[in-house]
Amino acid sequence: MRILVMAEHDNAVLQPVTLHAVTAALQCGGEIDLLVAGHDCAAVVGQARRIAGVARVLHADAAHYADQLAEPLAELLRAVLAGAADQYTHVVAAAGGFARNLLPRVAARLGVAPITDAVRIESPDTFVRPIYAGNVLVTVQSLDALKVLTVRATAFAAAPTGGDCPVLPLAAATDPACSRLIARQQVQGGRPDLGSARVVVSGGRALGSADNFRRLLEPLADSLNAALGASRAAVDAGFVGNDSQVGQTGRVVAPELYIAVGISGAIQHVAGMKDSRVIVAINQDADAPIFGIADYGLVADLFEAVPALTRELAAARTSAKAA
Amino acid sequence: MKVLVAVKRVVDHNVKVRVLADGSDVDIGSAKRAMNPFDEIAVEEAVRLKEAGVASEVVVVSCGVAACQDTLRSALAMGADRAVLVDTAAELQPLAVARLLHALCEREQPQLVICGKQAIDDDAGQTGQMLAALLDWPQATNASKLLPGDGQIEVTREIDGGSEVLALTLPAVVTTDLRLNEPRFVSLPNLMKAKKKPVDSVTPESLGVDVAPHLRTLRMAPPPTRAPGVRVDSVAQLMERLRAEAQVI
Repeated sequence: MRILVMAEHDNAVLQPVTLHAVTAALQCGGEIDLLVAGHDCAAVVGQARRIAGVARVLHADAAHYADQLAEPLAELLRAVLAGAADQYTHVVAAAGGFARNLLPRVAARLGVAPITDAVRIESPDTFVRPIYAGNVLVTVQSLDALKVLTVRATAFAAAPTGGDCPVLPLAAATDPACSRLIARQQVQGGRPDLGSARVVVSGGRALGSADNFRRLLEPLADSLNAALGASRAAVDAGFVGNDSQVGQTGRVVAPELYIAVGISGAIQHVAGMKDSRVIVAINQDADAPIFGIADYGLVADLFEAVPALTRELAAARTSAKAA
Repeated sequence: MKVLVAVKRVVDHNVKVRVLADGSDVDIGSAKRAMNPFDEIAVEEAVRLKEAGVASEVVVVSCGVAACQDTLRSALAMGADRAVLVDTAAELQPLAVARLLHALCEREQPQLVICGKQAIDDDAGQTGQMLAALLDWPQATNASKLLPGDGQIEVTREIDGGSEVLALTLPAVVTTDLRLNEPRFVSLPNLMKAKKKPVDSVTPESLGVDVAPHLRTLRMAPPPTRAPGVRVDSVAQLMERLRAEAQVI
């Protein structure tokens, strides 16, 4: 049994979610090959071969993999999977934007049904995944010889590093050359990434404006070294970009601490954060559904409570430093 | 150019579904149904392309039971020109839907297919990418802006932590994200007009597509519930709890 894990990276840094995908792959049972496809990405290969539990790193380097577009990568994966002497049983990647774009394309090419966002591996062919905005967990058994799955990174621990496995260079597959990257903008804020931050501070429509959103939440996030998130309502109202959206159709997060500010708690939002370890809700509406899942609920005017909390955190930090 | 839009009939997004006591399925018997919200955005975008003179015809397709005709009528009322129902009572998984749409695309020869990025019932988010693979066409998922040009289309798409712009050679498949547009409100006169628009019916058999499931559903269960939380009275109390009890700050 061999399992192919798709590495997620930007040609310079291996995305930490890849480590979580390796753990899920190990639970499927088998020898792990990690595929790094990119361009001038030797640094990524160096990081990949140190992941414990990975047997080999397969490295395909070509200019047409530089932008991580779905069409050329799907061709490569198809070639690797079809050409392997020792047949692969699984293809695994973390369920972010990258893999959700790529793996269904690979699966359809091979005539198999992919499994999206697995949160538990019950056996090599049986997986648990959320449906209906996380209100239902369904257990599905794959009838295909090859299982193609994306896994929710927060549901699996990160694989440790400390390994040292061989690297096998791979020939590049044909470039379909039917799509081209014109521009890419990543939000740079010096903040931790929403998907892997230890603390997430999220705001909702009750913040009232983009200006209030920044003015109130950024200092709070700064004092906790937190990522900033938002409800769909806040995104729709134009307070922040869609890349901050936490929810069923946005990012799924599960930090140590999630602070929901002025968020009512629609099921679509809750689907994206309910697996956080500690949930704090600050909302003026005592009947808001968010209080149903919050560990600590504070019914208060957020325009007073948030600055007060920020001040207390700053004071606590100062006194900790003094001590 | 001809635009094909795939729409799915799902449980209304405001309905909170529950698992049946025996764990065999979800209890949605009499729940209100609606067009999948992302598919609504797809229809809206296609109709706007037609209004802008870019699209010559908008064809909507739904796969499923006869009641999916209601969903197709809603799309026609939004401004689509005609509809095709792939009529089947069989359980359709995303791979089967992609294969049915593939067969219809061979028949209809659209230049652009627009799908919702995911359905809010199975949350799979697979069909558009799989259709693009079967057609061997380029794809852009999570689109927030379309700019059709000569023989190509520029698509701005949402990615983790930002956005990117892709140029795709036509024909192509695009899936919609929330920021693409705001679907229009359907007026009563348009609803009446939609009743006169043609709805064709085909079957998986007539399209030569095998829709047998590749995934077997073993059971369904509600997610584990969280222990009840506590209400605190002040920011100071909240701080104390987070520090001493939860130990997160």
